[in-house]
Amino acid sequence: MSIKGRAHKYGDHVDTDVIIPARYLNTSDPDQLAAHCMEDLDADFVSRVRQGDVIVAGRNFGCGSSREHAPIAIKAAGIACVIAESFARIFYRNALNIGLPIVESVEAARGIADGDEVEVDIDEGVVRNLTSGAQYKFPPLTGRARELITAGGLKVLVRQKLASGK
Amino acid sequence: MTITEKILAHAAGRDEVRPGEFVTCKLDLVLANDITAPIAIREFRDMGAERVFDAAKVAIVADHSTPNKDINSAMQTKLCREFAREQGLEHYYEAAGGGIEHIILPDKGLVLPGEVVIGADSHTCTYGALGAFSTGVGSTDAAAAMALGECWFRVPESIKFVFSGQLQPWVSAKDLILYTIGRIGVDGARYMAMEFAGPTIEALPMAGRFTMCNMAIEAGAKSGIIAPDETTLQWVRQRAGRDFELFTSDADARYVQVYEWDAGDIEPQVAFPHLPENTRGLSEVGEVVIDQAVIGACTNGRLEDLREAAEVLKGRKVAAGVRCIVIPGSQEIQLQAVREGLVETFLEAGCVVSCPTCGPCLGGHMGVLAAGERAIATTNRNFVGRMGHPQSEVYLASPAVTAASAVAGKICGPQDL
Repeated sequence: MSIKGRAHKYGDHVDTDVIIPARYLNTSDPDQLAAHCMEDLDADFVSRVRQGDVIVAGRNFGCGSSREHAPIAIKAAGIACVIAESFARIFYRNALNIGLPIVESVEAARGIADGDEVEVDIDEGVVRNLTSGAQYKFPPLTGRARELITAGGLKVLVRQKLASGK
Repeated sequence: MTITEKILAHAAGRDEVRPGEFVTCKLDLVLANDITAPIAIREFRDMGAERVFDAAKVAIVADHSTPNKDINSAMQTKLCREFAREQGLEHYYEAAGGGIEHIILPDKGLVLPGEVVIGADSHTCTYGALGAFSTGVGSTDAAAAMALGECWFRVPESIKFVFSGQLQPWVSAKDLILYTIGRIGVDGARYMAMEFAGPTIEALPMAGRFTMCNMAIEAGAKSGIIAPDETTLQWVRQRAGRDFELFTSDADARYVQVYEWDAGDIEPQVAFPHLPENTRGLSEVGEVVIDQAVIGACTNGRLEDLREAAEVLKGRKVAAGVRCIVIPGSQEIQLQAVREGLVETFLEAGCVVSCPTCGPCLGGHMGVLAAGERAIATTNRNFVGRMGHPQSEVYLASPAVTAASAVAGKICGPQDL
């Protein structure tokens, strides 16, 4: 799986309240959620983001509320991958469950600047900063995490399990 | 093994588990609310699931936007209500008998010591106060769990917090947990189980224990937990309709870190915007004028919290220009607050008393802030825009400090009045 796009860079502890403010949680429609993605942190994000872009952030990305609306909004806004120094655990799990690729890499998160062109190879475990020429390796996903991303999310795995009668 | 490892091992049918291992556990309860259940229901159907694994073990509580604040919310709640009816769920709550999920589920005896619970709400970690393993997940995990009755977990490392010493006057569990988050940071316990122990914790009533475990997520933790003891048993025995098991950590259990703090040194705490880790002792707060005070939420919406606030507000008046909003955590708590005269005290002081709801905690309704406004609240989060406009501010504190601040019109403690 290869991803190529422009980086949108943010700091530490980006919480799910700023990713999708609670005032928009009266819907679960991905397109409506995407229209307000990152609104309280970066009001212009939605007008700048292009299909295939990447979010790059610091520590503890996605902390706070368990709202799956957050990764749903990010994915529906066109973001193909989130790279961060570290992720809050519920967000991490939710992203894998809905098939949003995420990469945990301190070096990549620190080395990529806002607006850089970035290429991510999930299978190979490499992030390439096409603007600076730098390259960052990360351990490819293994076990359940890999299974989830390869299948396209938890829904597909559960559907198979239910269909096979367990 | 730690208490957390023992509970997970038990639910996975194993003799032993180690941190970092992946296990699949049988679940005793799966929870969702009016914001997270609609996505879970959609995913449940999309998975090809037809029936929930056990109609007694799936709970849906409409509490975030209820009583429904707008048409979209009403549609979401309707979807929850219809799903609950279709599936014959034994535990669907909205209005009558309802309230805030993390208050009513333990109160109704739906979570017991030693059980494994997941909920599509990050504050599901609250039930660790009962000596249960409980953690927040997203809607898709909740949907899978509703269908299968099981969930996979990475066994978390444990981090232990030992409190000893007598609490100073007007210092409560809320101050202990705010102090803890201030010390270790909002990702200080990321992925871990926070185990609270020591004589100070053993002396806490259940209400205080729920408050502490409720905010474990604010340090990034997977769960918070307190070993069950006589206090737990007394509380649980009145409510339990089924057998349960008690687990405690072994003397040689392994922790990634053990903190030992003298609780007698801790003064009332206030978390400044915009992270729960920005804590200061009350003596270092300075002059912070407020527009609103909120007493309630899954963190501090229990009867004990309301009594603490009423003790401060009794015979006093809320400062001119301040809105003080009191939100009992459940219908049952509200009724008891009426019977005890607490509601009369609040109304006489000039507070607004709402029906049970999460409401303003997440900027939903019942007290949303405008640009430039500032609130002190007994809630659990003070992120940018959490209670309303992105240019508003939330300060987190105990019920006593929040009530005193409402009277003074600026942040202060009861002894400053």
